[in-house]
Amino acid sequence: MEYEPVIGLEVHSQLKTKTKIFCTCSTSFGAAPNTHTCPVCLGMPGVLPVLNKKVVDYTLRMAVATHCEINRESRFARKNYFYPDLPKGYQISQYELPIAQNGWLEIELNGRKKRIGITRIHMEEDAGKLTHDPDRPLSMVDFNRTGVPLMEIVSEPDIRSPEEAGAYLRQLRSIVRYLGISDGNMEEGSFRCDANVSIRPKGSGPFGTRTELKNLNSFKHVEKAISFEIHRQKEILEDGGQVIQETRLWDPDKNRSTSMRGKEEAHDYRYFPDPDLLPLVIDDHWIDSIKTAIPELPDKKKKRFMDEYALPSYNAELLTSSRELADYFEACVEAFPNPKQVSNWVMGSLLGLLNAQGMSIDASPISPENLSQLLKLIDQKIISGKIAKTVFEEMAHTGRPPKEIVAKKGLVQVTDESSIRSAVLTVLHRCSKEVDDYKNGKTKLFGFFVGQVMKETQGKANPKIVNKILKNLLGE
Amino acid sequence: MKISREEVIHVADLSRLDVDTKLIDKFAEQLGTILEYVDTLKSVDTKGVTPTSHAISMTNAFREDDEQQSFNRDSALANAPDKEDGNFIVPKVVG
Repeated sequence: MEYEPVIGLEVHSQLKTKTKIFCTCSTSFGAAPNTHTCPVCLGMPGVLPVLNKKVVDYTLRMAVATHCEINRESRFARKNYFYPDLPKGYQISQYELPIAQNGWLEIELNGRKKRIGITRIHMEEDAGKLTHDPDRPLSMVDFNRTGVPLMEIVSEPDIRSPEEAGAYLRQLRSIVRYLGISDGNMEEGSFRCDANVSIRPKGSGPFGTRTELKNLNSFKHVEKAISFEIHRQKEILEDGGQVIQETRLWDPDKNRSTSMRGKEEAHDYRYFPDPDLLPLVIDDHWIDSIKTAIPELPDKKKKRFMDEYALPSYNAELLTSSRELADYFEACVEAFPNPKQVSNWVMGSLLGLLNAQGMSIDASPISPENLSQLLKLIDQKIISGKIAKTVFEEMAHTGRPPKEIVAKKGLVQVTDESSIRSAVLTVLHRCSKEVDDYKNGKTKLFGFFVGQVMKETQGKANPKIVNKILKNLLGE
Repeated sequence: MKISREEVIHVADLSRLDVDTKLIDKFAEQLGTILEYVDTLKSVDTKGVTPTSHAISMTNAFREDDEQQSFNRDSALANAPDKEDGNFIVPKVVG
């Protein structure tokens, strides 16, 4: 029988505020253990949490960007469980009345567009960090992360393949980054994903029993773990067995998941409204002020890049994958209005350089002004494409403007026919054996001659003129 | 009986309480009596009344995103039964 996977994702995105959600402690990463704690986040008796307004602002931005209905009144609830990373014995979250629900976002996969529903978005606090001692029977607890604001985004079970799950996650991350509300970094844990996976006979019908996958801390792991799980469930059903509802932990080293059955499965959170926090009321005025502050989002920008700059879908998608990259591209196009050429250089040489050095576009040693100046030099035939590569490397190295590099290194292209002709003659004289071979039919040697002439002129000869003169002199 | 032996064991487990098995029936009876008493409230007609989640009618208390000095770490750890390198120490929870 052919099966169809049914997948829903729960994403936790850490919000980029300076302070925690309910107290004034810093959220900055990497401080010494328990130095960013206070009576509120440590859960001391008698303290009162007070909501950070920016957490609400940021979550509202996400709600608007993903076409959600915003609940005019929402509440915080206590989710009760005992675990040492949770000093109060409960996590403050939202349950019955989340801040937003019923939204969607659009993904594109192999040229096909699809809407993925968003069930709800809510705010909650993060838990602390546990480190387990490898030798002694004890764990160490650091509460610096306790109370760091999280936004949880729960999708509808609309996803039908590991690739769609990857596309949805990438789109979601790109939106939180565009909105400037989260770093969206999976490897560093500021963007975390759990997946609910089940399979059913292809077509429709009721959903099968689902499992929940945890510890998916990179885009690659998400897709791999879901593929593994689909395959695992298929084998069980084909052997006449039944899938058990359970939580499974992905092991990226072994490329498989293992069951977490046991104590942690006994979920009974006994949610109830947190009496310490007042109901949250959001009025039209607030929503309007959020709407006007939303920047152009990735899907709109992509469409505009395709329309305005006549770029293919692939290029437009890559160039709009981050707001900073898109801004860089547009700054270049403004100075050098040839989008195709700019796109080639940004996606090829520039991203190649940045990826190799592990740098973000913000840290690019080559400014948009300098890159467009380089493209102008090529366009005006002052330097050849080949020399441009050398100049580009020098720019990457020094950050200097290309004009300065070209002048200093004497890299201006030679277009003067008589000096090229004399270089060609020197080469032909030196390589008389190859010239004979060429004349006896080894025409492949033409490229060799071109190479020698370029070497002779330190790469400065205009290749078109070299070709023309070589053909002339070898022709007879 | 409002509450079964199994429910008493489940609630004790969630609360990490070690309950003497000899006392389970007694607790079931006592908890049952409490729940029955709370049931008295159900006799009030609440048709058309919005469920109350908060006892006061205020909404929206916020703070701005301004950082202030945290606790000093010695104070944070002062009540910890066990500590090491600035961490709280607890019995190992996994593995």
